[in-house]
Amino acid sequence: MRPSDRSYLESHEWAKLDGDVVTVGITDFAVEQLGELVYLDLPSVGDSVSSGDAFGEVESVKAVSDLNSPVDGEIVAVNDGLADELDALQTAPMAGGWLIQVRVSGADAMDGMLDAAAYEELVVAQS
Amino acid sequence: MNRGPQSLLFEASRPGRRCVRTAGADRSAAIVGLPTSELRQKPPALPEVGELDLVRHFTRLSQKNFSITTEFYPLGSCTMKYNPAINEKIASEPAWAGLHPLQPECDLQGALQVMYELQQDLGESTGLPGVTLHPAAGAHGELTALMVLRGWLEDQNQPQRRTILIPESAHGTNPASCTLAGFKVKALKAGPDGMTDMDDLMANLGDDTAGLMITNPSALGLFEVNIAEICRLVHEAGGKVYMDGANFNAIVGVTRPGDFGVDMMHLNLHKTFSTPHGGGGPGAGPICVTPELAPYLPEGVVEKNADGYHLARPERSIGRIRAFHGNFLVLLRAYTYIRRLGAEGLLRVAQNAVLNANYLRVKLNKAWRVPFDGLCMHEFVGRPTKEMRDAGVHTIDVAKRLIDLGIHPPTVYFPLVVNEAIMVEPTETESRETLDEFVDAMLQIAEEAKRGDEILHQAPQKMPVTRVDEARAVKKPILRYSPEN
Repeated sequence: MRPSDRSYLESHEWAKLDGDVVTVGITDFAVEQLGELVYLDLPSVGDSVSSGDAFGEVESVKAVSDLNSPVDGEIVAVNDGLADELDALQTAPMAGGWLIQVRVSGADAMDGMLDAAAYEELVVAQS
Repeated sequence: MNRGPQSLLFEASRPGRRCVRTAGADRSAAIVGLPTSELRQKPPALPEVGELDLVRHFTRLSQKNFSITTEFYPLGSCTMKYNPAINEKIASEPAWAGLHPLQPECDLQGALQVMYELQQDLGESTGLPGVTLHPAAGAHGELTALMVLRGWLEDQNQPQRRTILIPESAHGTNPASCTLAGFKVKALKAGPDGMTDMDDLMANLGDDTAGLMITNPSALGLFEVNIAEICRLVHEAGGKVYMDGANFNAIVGVTRPGDFGVDMMHLNLHKTFSTPHGGGGPGAGPICVTPELAPYLPEGVVEKNADGYHLARPERSIGRIRAFHGNFLVLLRAYTYIRRLGAEGLLRVAQNAVLNANYLRVKLNKAWRVPFDGLCMHEFVGRPTKEMRDAGVHTIDVAKRLIDLGIHPPTVYFPLVVNEAIMVEPTETESRETLDEFVDAMLQIAEEAKRGDEILHQAPQKMPVTRVDEARAVKKPILRYSPEN
């Protein structure tokens, strides 16, 4: 099973809350489904994101996919250099291949997301 | 197809060889007046070959075309339909090909008559009598229709209606066209049967609804069974229904979108009416609309009165969307196709397209996984089974292997709602023998895939170019020849 220290979206993003900052990435399942990645477009620090809206896109040899934000808030960090060196996203999407960090307000920022067990069920169903 | 190796013209180059030597040309005369700082110091590094070598090079290159005139081409979603030779014969007649768009209207009466009658034919076959032939392609038709919708909404004093609902099984151009026309997109979910989720539709209809764009038959090759109810609900909420008619070839002559409640649609003439397919154009994506929306159509609708045929500007027209009269010679090919087949022939086109797709579906649905395995329309979506995927075989491997077996791969990895999708559309023109050859090839590949044969990862092996590293081709493309590469 994937780490239970974070929450997941049905569209295969993960989000990990630390204080009032949420780190967002895509899961290894998403990367496996996409195949070899060729392009990544990320927003800038200071941009605001809304839950359910796209904050960027990732392109593979198969398709272009939106990156969906799991939370509302302001971007406080972007994984600089990742777009130029996609290996980190390809090989470690759950760790070094994180995408953005968002400052959120309120402890309920992650409500409505899937826990690791529920995400596992989704992955099995889609495999 | 010529599968021999192909050298580049640069590699065949030998210093001093020429096709033609122009005698007495004074090169200095051509460059009089140019500052010497701008002149080349060395001649350009162009290949130097004799005429016969040049002719052979390009003839061999042309023989490498993997096309519908040489191989089976079951490209779902994009309908690689055979273009009958009579279309080309007629369109190449000097009486048509030599027309100039700036000739006076009295000189163009024959061409305008063709356009007028094509408008009538398309209006009749869709049940939507307002027709413009101008859009240069399907997506251009979508954009034009959405601009028509905006014109209508403004006249209704409803500019706040800015949201277009789009089922997730739609063609990818639909959301792009909405964005370009200034609308917002809201995606609707599909149910487990591949149909639009009616609860999700109702939850998203409201005062901001401008309309719904729906591809029917859908990109899954399924007829949207609730289409009449969907249209009713959208109308009740105050919006209009746009149908992406890319898959009209499955239903032409069988049913009419105008009769089940659609307000606007485009037709890809290359998909349903056998005009040449893309490759950089030209294309044609006429739109057909209800009488209520017809006053908003672009300038250049052909009308008929006692004096003959005229180009007219509808009363509340959105203006021009294209220079001159659309891609006339493409329109002429579609007109030829329609007149040759007649209403009965078009009906049989749809019936045979659907029959052929279902024949393949039933022959393949045991060896391959077919997620929506009911009666399909003109195309269906399959995917590798779990056993094949566990053996490390992906759809890309299947597609590449088909090339070695002399078959153009179907559309792969689309629609996105099916993982590892393979989308097959045989079209109506293929014989049963050809369909059976495809079945044999797919069953052979299924056996290879279950074993995880290495050949699947290396295919194609028999082509001039074997497996390409697609990621590297995108990330580090080599766009210019240099002797080092």
